[in-house]
Amino acid sequence: MSISGSPVQTVAPQFDNRPRIYGRLSKPQLHDALRKMILIRRFEESAEEAYMRGLIHGTMHLSIGQEASAVGSCLPLDDRDYITSTHRGHGHCIAKGAEVNRMFAEFFGKEDGYCKGRGGSMHIADPTRGNLGANGIVGGGIPIAVGAALAAKKQGRDSVVIAFFGDGANNEGAFHEGLNMASIWKLPVIFVCENNNYGMSTSTERSTAVRDVATRAAAYAMPGVVVDGNRLADVADASFEAVERARRGLGPTLIENKTYRIRGHSRSDRNRYRTKEEIASWQARDPILQLEAELTEFGLLTSDEANALRASVETEIAEAIEFAKTSPSPHVENLTRDVYSN
Amino acid sequence: MSTAIEAETAPDAGVRELSYAQALQEAMAIAMEADSRVFLMGEDIGVYGGAFQVTGDLVHRFGEDRVMDTPISELGGAGVAVGAAMAGMRPIYEFQFSDFATLAMEQIVNQAAKIRYMLGGSVSVPLVMRFPAGSGTGAAAQHSQSLEAWLAHVPGLKVVQPSTPHDAKGLLLAAIEDPDPVMIFEHKLLYKMKGPVPEGHYTVPIGKAEIRRPGRDVTIVANAIMVHRALEAAERLAARGIEAEVIDLRSLRPIDTATIIDSVKRTSRLICVYEGVKTLGIGAEISATIAESDAFDYLDCPIVRLGGAECPLPYNPELEKAAVPQTDTIFAAVSDMLANRI
Repeated sequence: MSISGSPVQTVAPQFDNRPRIYGRLSKPQLHDALRKMILIRRFEESAEEAYMRGLIHGTMHLSIGQEASAVGSCLPLDDRDYITSTHRGHGHCIAKGAEVNRMFAEFFGKEDGYCKGRGGSMHIADPTRGNLGANGIVGGGIPIAVGAALAAKKQGRDSVVIAFFGDGANNEGAFHEGLNMASIWKLPVIFVCENNNYGMSTSTERSTAVRDVATRAAAYAMPGVVVDGNRLADVADASFEAVERARRGLGPTLIENKTYRIRGHSRSDRNRYRTKEEIASWQARDPILQLEAELTEFGLLTSDEANALRASVETEIAEAIEFAKTSPSPHVENLTRDVYSN
Repeated sequence: MSTAIEAETAPDAGVRELSYAQALQEAMAIAMEADSRVFLMGEDIGVYGGAFQVTGDLVHRFGEDRVMDTPISELGGAGVAVGAAMAGMRPIYEFQFSDFATLAMEQIVNQAAKIRYMLGGSVSVPLVMRFPAGSGTGAAAQHSQSLEAWLAHVPGLKVVQPSTPHDAKGLLLAAIEDPDPVMIFEHKLLYKMKGPVPEGHYTVPIGKAEIRRPGRDVTIVANAIMVHRALEAAERLAARGIEAEVIDLRSLRPIDTATIIDSVKRTSRLICVYEGVKTLGIGAEISATIAESDAFDYLDCPIVRLGGAECPLPYNPELEKAAVPQTDTIFAAVSDMLANRI
């Protein structure tokens, strides 16, 4: 966790070495969070493998290494709350409650997919659970999140909205317009920047005038928080605080989860802009291994329990892939279905 | 300006003379009275009343929560409308000038238009965007364009273009009640035009053209203010024994091809009159529709397109007039077309 200029706050100090969040979450909740992170990892690894084997076409953007940010940010949310997500959105989707069988079905282009095979990896959404969708446009989801929050406020609901985006989006106009509007209207939005150091190949040092994206919160009179995005406890702590603030009607927060994507930007990435050493240094801070070690250290996880979690994830993944393979393909005669409602 | 166009009958309703702007305002007031989900967003639409006084005093009647001034943030504002629509509201977003759609194309084209299809039909985006459009006000190249064909090129959007106060109210109410995103292009020179408007609620169907003047010799297909210029030309042509049929397109997407094809079969001649740039515009679409249909065999002479000049709209009033079709241009074109008739 790093602290920069004055507008940036850090998460609350810890008075012992046990993160504050452990006082808020039960052991089953923590196990569930760990399991979701493993599920995201194994979902993406399995999708990657299916892609290599030619079962999935197109492209995909893997968030391997960023699982703590997705799961920790969504921990305070329930089905009344919304998220908007990004092209690197598989983790957000699973964290918000999506079923991996329907996600795989979407990857395979099948009718049982979340988008009936029309969207693919970059557009998975589940409006019934408040997931307003991944988005293929950098920054595209940010104003949409603000709009969902405006709707919730107008309807007198206490829903909050998390807008996920990457460091690349923080130089888009949509980011600045969205943050400004959320602030002037005091809307319940949590802007979660997953700063993984690179917008495709361009580092934040080369693209962004400030060291910490969170400092940009000052321009929009909202709190800006820099978080170790690879540590679930820190991510969740910052998210709980921002969500509570938003639910109390106190307006938006900008959270910057510092993290790293281990894989390339997309399938075409040849990793020419970073070193193997840099990647290895972040692999050493793997968010899943860190959480497992931490839970074990605090007596909240045994190796048997960890093994059981992993085994149940493997079963779920295997069943989901089977579901996707056997799901029917769309019919060409339905090509233009769903362009309009009627 | 007054219109020769008679209103369609609306049962049990008084009919008054209202301006096109008043008719639009009345539509929004009726919708807001009837449906708490409907609200207005835009730049200076509150106490200022909108750049063209279309929202007028609505803020005093419905309050600032439902007639919301936004910052000058077209991309963000359009995105907020998209998000609010996805979360259960019915936003009407006013662009101050249609030219500013260029600032919001991302949200209009990539998000509003595609979300329903891309997400497999799991969510709709019931929003209305209003665009004051067209030349003739001396506002030069960045405040005078007719960009309706741009947006009509995008599946997922509906695009309407009323030419009378009656249709302005009826099409706007239809747009508000439509479950999908509807773009309404309002010609700035028509705002002050008066015409008969029934009281109370009624709709004009989206996707239905209207024959404004029947005639046997030539079909003139026109949109927005060009409908009125075509009608004026038709009156002068009638004095020379030429009976022109004038079709008011009213909707560009979906476009009412049946009415046009049927008319051309009767008249055997077609002129398309539109203010947008001639090349790759509405006229090309209508001409191709005839070329692809059995009406092609009925044509007695080549189709003529009268569209905007191949240049940005100029400031000088004479140049500005010369840049778009005028009554004289239409009169001359039809006269030439029929000069050699058998």
